[in-house]
Amino acid sequence: MKSLLKYIKDYKKESILAPLFKMLEASFELMVPLVMASIIDRGIADNDTQHIIKMGLILVLLAAVGLISAVTAQYFSAKAAVGFATKLRSALFSHIQSLSYTELDTVGTNTLITRMTSDVNQLQNGVNLTLRLLLRSPFIVFGAMIMAFTVDVKAALIFVVAIPLLSIVVFGIMIVSMPLYKKVQAALDKILGRTRENLAGARVIRAFCNEESEIAEFEQGNELLLKTQVFVGKISAAMNPVTYIIVNIALVVLLWTGAIRVDNGIITQGEVVALVNYMSQILVELIKLANLIIQLTKALACAKRVEGIFAKTSSMRDGTLGKDDTSVINSENAEKNAAIIFDHVSLTYSGGGDESLTDIDFTVQKGETIGIIGGTGSGKTSVVNLIPRFYDATKGRVMIDGFNVKDYEISALREKVGIVPQKAVLFKGTIKENLLWGNENATAEDLEKALEISQAKEFVDTKEGRLDFPIAQGGKNLSGGQKQRLTIARAIVKNPQILILDDSASALDFATDAKLRQAIKGMKSDMSVIIVSQRASSIQYADKIIVMDDGKMAGIGTHDQLLAENEIYQEIYYSQFPKREEFLRH
Amino acid sequence: MKNQNKGILKKVLDHIGKYKFFLLCSIVLAAISVILTLYIPILTGRAVDCILGAGAVDFVGLLEILKEMAVIIILTAVVQWVMNACNNKIAYQVVRDVRDEAFKKLEILPLKYIDGHSHGDIVSRIIADVDQFSDGLLMGFTQLFTGVVTIIGTLLFMLSINVSTTIVVVILTPLSFFIAGFIAKRTFNMSKLQSETRGEQTALIDEMIGNEKVVKAFSHEDKVIEKFDEINHRLEKASVKAIFFSSLTNPCTRFVNSLVYAGVGILGAFLAIKGCISVGQLTSFLSYANQYTKPFNEISGVVTELQTALACAGRVFEFIEEEPQIPDAQNAAVLTAPKGQITMENVSFSYNPEQKLIRNFNLEVKPGQRVAIVGPTGCGKTTVINLLMRFYDVNNGSIKIDGTDIRDMTRKSLRDSFGMVLQETWLHAGTIRENIVMGKPDATDEEVVAAAKAAHAHSFIKRLPKGYDTVITEDGGSLSQGQKQLLCITRVMLCLPPMLILDEATSSIDTRTEIRISQAFHTMMKGRTSFIVAHRLSTIREADIILVMKDGNIIEQGNHETLLKKENGFYANLYASQFSA
Repeated sequence: MKSLLKYIKDYKKESILAPLFKMLEASFELMVPLVMASIIDRGIADNDTQHIIKMGLILVLLAAVGLISAVTAQYFSAKAAVGFATKLRSALFSHIQSLSYTELDTVGTNTLITRMTSDVNQLQNGVNLTLRLLLRSPFIVFGAMIMAFTVDVKAALIFVVAIPLLSIVVFGIMIVSMPLYKKVQAALDKILGRTRENLAGARVIRAFCNEESEIAEFEQGNELLLKTQVFVGKISAAMNPVTYIIVNIALVVLLWTGAIRVDNGIITQGEVVALVNYMSQILVELIKLANLIIQLTKALACAKRVEGIFAKTSSMRDGTLGKDDTSVINSENAEKNAAIIFDHVSLTYSGGGDESLTDIDFTVQKGETIGIIGGTGSGKTSVVNLIPRFYDATKGRVMIDGFNVKDYEISALREKVGIVPQKAVLFKGTIKENLLWGNENATAEDLEKALEISQAKEFVDTKEGRLDFPIAQGGKNLSGGQKQRLTIARAIVKNPQILILDDSASALDFATDAKLRQAIKGMKSDMSVIIVSQRASSIQYADKIIVMDDGKMAGIGTHDQLLAENEIYQEIYYSQFPKREEFLRH
Repeated sequence: MKNQNKGILKKVLDHIGKYKFFLLCSIVLAAISVILTLYIPILTGRAVDCILGAGAVDFVGLLEILKEMAVIIILTAVVQWVMNACNNKIAYQVVRDVRDEAFKKLEILPLKYIDGHSHGDIVSRIIADVDQFSDGLLMGFTQLFTGVVTIIGTLLFMLSINVSTTIVVVILTPLSFFIAGFIAKRTFNMSKLQSETRGEQTALIDEMIGNEKVVKAFSHEDKVIEKFDEINHRLEKASVKAIFFSSLTNPCTRFVNSLVYAGVGILGAFLAIKGCISVGQLTSFLSYANQYTKPFNEISGVVTELQTALACAGRVFEFIEEEPQIPDAQNAAVLTAPKGQITMENVSFSYNPEQKLIRNFNLEVKPGQRVAIVGPTGCGKTTVINLLMRFYDVNNGSIKIDGTDIRDMTRKSLRDSFGMVLQETWLHAGTIRENIVMGKPDATDEEVVAAAKAAHAHSFIKRLPKGYDTVITEDGGSLSQGQKQLLCITRVMLCLPPMLILDEATSSIDTRTEIRISQAFHTMMKGRTSFIVAHRLSTIREADIILVMKDGNIIEQGNHETLLKKENGFYANLYASQFSA
């Protein structure tokens, strides 16, 4: 919680004034029973109507001043709480933007989204409640006790017994029931999971006619939830009755003690009434306090989770090399002029155990097209992810234009590289806005050209408004192939020095795929292209093909070389092009 | 709107009606507890009247009163506890019932509904909305009920003591009602703006953080932060207003309470001087003045809560009342051991009326034949699966198996006759074995292992920490895509029905696993009528019938040779492109 407090710093004034005004209001409330006692003891007993009216007016005045203080307090606390949440959200969002892929992998995007939304909202409520009530309720409880002492010390001792007793009961029940609520939550999560599962797997479940057993299992989980809920309910239902008993029995004792004190002439009838009033004020506040504490524990848990995100810092340090610094590289060394060099690179994902890449070593010259092929989990994507430095190599180094990728400013490095990831992701907005992600200064001409190369022009032309066609969230209004082509276009708009297609043409038919490759070839001559694919046809015309197997390079060479001598490549190729010769005979 | 709410309310009441006994208990106990609670101030007042002054205390009378008080206090507490327990019981049981109902509905909804609605939305209806409506409605009802009883009870008790003071209370209290309503109305627009802005922000968060890796790949972090901060700033403004103004309700109603209290104090004091009431009675009045206004405040809160709850209930019942799939006809035939002759006659189908997909399609598949479905991804190959398995019904024409229209047979027997392996693997949260035996729950261990071996899944399963008893999560957890698909194949291998629908893997499986899978497919297909969504040339060439699909339509039909001969045919082009890029 502590580290989050700095976000409320700018609202110091508000967060001090809010509880102060709340306590002011409470103080006025605490005076009411005394005023009433005075009405009874002086007004009624002495038939002093003037005094009654005067006291009555004081009551109205107290109420009015109380109202003003309360409104002021609400304003300050709303301002402080919302301001805090706004600052926190903004900081958290920026922080998440600064994380590297490694942290994104370990935390998970869903978690991040929850932290950003519901957790921060809970925190906002928590701060708001804290400012308004956390001081107020104890203040009234103890204030009432102190006021009782000013009335009569001996009678007030009943308060000293009753208040701790009440606190024990209220908080005891809370402590007992809170872990139980966790159990309820767990049971609820289970049936929630099952529901989600059934939606995703509706086809399979029906194909196997498993509807009945699914229902039975759901009902079982539901029944368990019910039982837990009823059990917890019974415990927490005891809270009100027990506090009721304590307060009212204290009241009975208070009346009896009061009677003795009055009989002895130590206190008056009005003062007994005042004591009774204080007792009921305490009850009301304690119940409020209990609710508040439940809310606060929730908020604290949220705070801890949010802090956990802040605690994650990017494991990647930014370099200093700008984008153009490399233009002055040493031209004597031809090796250094290579677009990409993998120098005995190994990669172990954090928490991943074994090496995912082992001793990857190859060079890509400017203008070359490289194909990477291999099975799932063979490390193809891991290789290309090292180029824009999504992850850092754990051994060896990756060089771009003669410099280690770690020496570049990350943004400068990524400007050089256009990558089209496996999963085609587009953002809500027009086609144009999406393409401009690649380069915000791209001209209309650039965009058209990119569409043409990516084979997207054909379908974009059919869309209403063409480039201004609005893409729905997640690109839902486009087909898989259309999305892929637009993501390719987006990378091309960047006019990168290195273009990486990470299995990003899988939804294209073979003809379109071929046209796409042809068009990319026709782009500027010094651009290096890396094509990752499962399809032999997509990479067979590359200048060099890297065959990946189980995180290692199983071979590198041209199609013909590999087909002649590389067993794995043969296996892959022939599985996709069986007995081609035989086919030709048809 | 009103009528709709009434309809929803009726449905809710129908559900609660099952627990009449508990409901009756709850109502009776609530009434008792309120009356007992209200009786305490009277007793307190009487007690105060026994304590007149020094040497003037009626200890005998006081003791009697205090004894009575003690009994009532304990009684009240017991009644309250039982009442709460009853309420919980009703609330939670209703929730369970509604959820069970909703889930049952989920299993018989047409797939069209499931495909066409966001899963998150459906889940939130079944889980969150149900919770909210039971909490809201039941707590709302109890509060409303006790509130009303408290108001009436207090009124009666007050009237029994003194009429004119009662009138002061009655006249002043509606003020707080009025103020609360006024504030609620004023703040409505602000709250709306707040939640709209929040929605906008959540959408941005979902989109950007959900795709953070792309954001990074394009170094778009700063742009995104900028956009976020802009919305965040607007949200701050809207929130401060909304929160501040809506938080005014409490202080304002409390102010009215204080006014009532002061009014009762003054008037009561004058009456006491006149001797119309005693000091003790004044005390009772004062606590009533406090209590009387409270239910009013609560009720105004309850009304909003009830409205939200009704809205939630509306969403839940809307889901429960969705049109289910057409149930099996009563005289529906049970398809047993079909030979596997499939006939499609003049089949027309479309997902929505504007877009005709399949028109007047005819197909005759003889027992044991293989049908390959070919075409670019997204061309609607799943449509054929949807129709064959009767996930969707044809609009026109008919699909017959062994001469019987599939609509005239039970869904269970139809689907039991098909083995289906989709590319999109789906696994249960549970053990590997549980996942395998889906189609044959009583399978022996030997059968399971045999099936796994046939599907080439045995070797990797064996290597898992607990073998067949390894628990996997919903999304398959640590299993690779290929392993997941092997599991799905094992599942079908275990029961091996007479007809098959297979979806050949494209990119998700490594080639060597793919070879194994296709071997497994081969074993399965022997002698079985099979439909294969095919990507591999060998599969396509070996097929007896090839269906070429594009944009959801079946555009060509024939075998490899005939299709290839077609001048400029789609298949011929597709085929050529694969070999001559």
